[in-house]
Amino acid sequence: MAKKKTEQKKWPEKWHELNPGCMVFAAGNAANYKTGSWKSQHPVWDNSKCIKCGICYIFCPEGCIQETQDGFYEANLDYCKGCGICAHECWPGAIVMREEEE
Amino acid sequence: MGKRVGMEVAIAAAEAVALCNIDVAAVYPITPQSHIAEHMADIIHDGRIDAEFITVESEHSAISALAGASAAGARAYTATSSQGLMLMHEILPIVSAMRLPVCMANANRAVSGPLNIWNDHTDIMPQRDSGWICLFTENGQEAIDLSIMSFKIAEDPEVMLPCVVNIDGFQLTHMIEPLEFPSQAEVAKFLPPRKPFAQLHPDNPISMGCFAMPDTYAETVKAKEEALRGSKKVVTRVFAEWAKRFGRKYNVVETYRAKDADTLMLTMGSMGETAATAVDEMRKAGRKVGLVKLRLWRPFPVEEIKAAVAGCKTLIVMDRAISTGGAGGPVATDVKSILYGEKKRPRILNVIAGLGGRDLTVGDFVNMFDLAKKKKDEPFEFYGVRE
Amino acid sequence: MNQVQNFEIFAPKLVDRKEYFSAGHRACQGCGEVLALRHILKALGDDVVVANATGCMEIISSGYPQSAWEVPYVHVAFENAAAVGSGVEAALKALRRKGRIADRYVKTIAVAGDGGTCDIGLQALSGAMERGHDMIFFCLDNEAYMNTGIQRSSATPFMAATTTSPAGEAIPGQRTWKKNVPEIMVAHKVPYVATACPSYPIDLINKVKKAAAVRGPAYIHVFSMCPTGWRCASEITIKMGRLAVETGVFPLYEVENGKYRLTMEVPEKLRPVEDYLKLQGRFRHLTPADIEKIQKQVHREWEILLNKVECLQPW
Repeated sequence: MAKKKTEQKKWPEKWHELNPGCMVFAAGNAANYKTGSWKSQHPVWDNSKCIKCGICYIFCPEGCIQETQDGFYEANLDYCKGCGICAHECWPGAIVMREEEE
Repeated sequence: MGKRVGMEVAIAAAEAVALCNIDVAAVYPITPQSHIAEHMADIIHDGRIDAEFITVESEHSAISALAGASAAGARAYTATSSQGLMLMHEILPIVSAMRLPVCMANANRAVSGPLNIWNDHTDIMPQRDSGWICLFTENGQEAIDLSIMSFKIAEDPEVMLPCVVNIDGFQLTHMIEPLEFPSQAEVAKFLPPRKPFAQLHPDNPISMGCFAMPDTYAETVKAKEEALRGSKKVVTRVFAEWAKRFGRKYNVVETYRAKDADTLMLTMGSMGETAATAVDEMRKAGRKVGLVKLRLWRPFPVEEIKAAVAGCKTLIVMDRAISTGGAGGPVATDVKSILYGEKKRPRILNVIAGLGGRDLTVGDFVNMFDLAKKKKDEPFEFYGVRE
Repeated sequence: MNQVQNFEIFAPKLVDRKEYFSAGHRACQGCGEVLALRHILKALGDDVVVANATGCMEIISSGYPQSAWEVPYVHVAFENAAAVGSGVEAALKALRRKGRIADRYVKTIAVAGDGGTCDIGLQALSGAMERGHDMIFFCLDNEAYMNTGIQRSSATPFMAATTTSPAGEAIPGQRTWKKNVPEIMVAHKVPYVATACPSYPIDLINKVKKAAAVRGPAYIHVFSMCPTGWRCASEITIKMGRLAVETGVFPLYEVENGKYRLTMEVPEKLRPVEDYLKLQGRFRHLTPADIEKIQKQVHREWEILLNKVECLQPW
């Protein structure tokens, strides 16, 4: 079964510590790499306008927008690259992109 | 032990593989491998073994399909030759780097151009550095035995590397020889179904064939190198187990009447038998000559070769390929380089002979031995080429 | 009115919530290709093995020691995804039959870009489809070799500027029309062939599910918007896909056993191609005459497609 994502090998490895054939055993451990630092802007939701349709969720190339417990949506900014698709596609206009602060 | 049967060697090679409980075979026809491919098809279409048979649209896809099959945990087999092997070239080092124990027969044939379907070793030599274990056979019985052993060697947990068994095209593949097969039960005991180290299955979703950045690539090369070098130990171990079970002894380097010889010749593949006849004749005439036969070409058996040639004054290395524009034949170049640091080393002559199916008789081998009498050494020379 | 008027508004709620391709992958901002992959994997679920060609999706997902794949994944080389997939499929079949793996059905898929499908991988694809392997082949078509720096492929549209078909004074961009690989697959008598686009995720997911139900070969050609290579803003990725469909540049259809069906609403009149072209830097050099030429060709292709939809019967 899939191993936990936290199970990251120490790095860099010596030649005899490499997994044979460069196999990766911890499925999805790319999640250890945070792409959030790429962005120059990030989405901000105005839940008063949100109709909970999930269009932001389905169109996010990172898969980093998830439903919250109360049915609204939020982006995991550790991964959000700030592409702006969610804000552009949100037809009730509940999402705006805001510049990252220095 | 089974009884002896008369059989064409190519067909025998396929029959040997049929004893090995393979799961997937993928072949593309090419002369002189085609009898192996055809017979493999017969065996699977007749339901004699339970395996998938993929009639791929090219050798490139043959080796690619087997990479996939082996990654999914299958025991995978193909056979090819010459241009087919050249077309696989791109994928061969990937298969070894991914540590996939694919096994292959190569019916050695000259590489184009000009097109030539006959035997020499120019096809396997460009694949020399692709990280495959590379065995050579001298006769049909060896083709059977080494084909079966190749799976055991390749799949050993210490090895996990692909293996190619070279069977000289026509000169060996199309010979009818008296051959002995181990029984299915005996092979099953010797070679149980493959237990892969890892395999593609949703029960454990792993990623295979990941790429390496400059901070890792060199380490992967070293890891593969160590695995390939280490495989010699396993080859020797499997040879020993084979001898115990089936009575036929193999060594990574074979010698013939070499002990007190002052002149030795080193060969690979089917020419060994003709060379041995020449040695017998010359011994009768009082000449102190002998033979060294390389069975394992990669990993290169450095210590065994050093030991085999330690006593001789002159070593004639016969190559059936040439490193074009280089230092000579590929076998001789390697032999010279490992002996360079030795205090006592023989004079080494390199003969390039038997290219593109050019026949070599017992007389030719006697002539090649006679080259040792020449005063002046050439870095290498062609034998039998019209001047 | 806005973009989603034809979209079943709450449909995204119905798709599988599990992610099979983890965040942390290195795709460009606003990548349409990785979005397509995300949708495809959602449609397929856990019981799948992926054979991937070298290319964008490989390089952004599998740099040792990390992998974005939550499903079993193998990459071997550029041109051989279909052949590798053939071997995986054969192995799964043999090993299941012989009791060496769990006795349940696992789907094999192969994924390649347009280069790995329409150019260097076409032979392996043709072979695998002709042999009838139980496998879905996905072409994630972003219309050029984006991974190596936006070089033209046979899937690059007419007159598009790429780094090997630049908009020069003498030759203004790509000189050929886009190769129609879905048609080549139909000619192979592949039982299920479809075109799809991640701007229409429910349509895409439904097609993937349909293809997965086939016990044999299937081919899905996925239009994969590439803001980096097409030189447009990352936030209009979804809009670009929608415009490609609405202008008829990339119609959405499926071919089941030779029977064509449009899976998009058939418009009374297609939108002008200019709406699609003008948003992309790769078409910036086009003159009104060039646009007219492209418009004519799009209409011609559209008519041919409608004709097939109307006339062709299933095998």
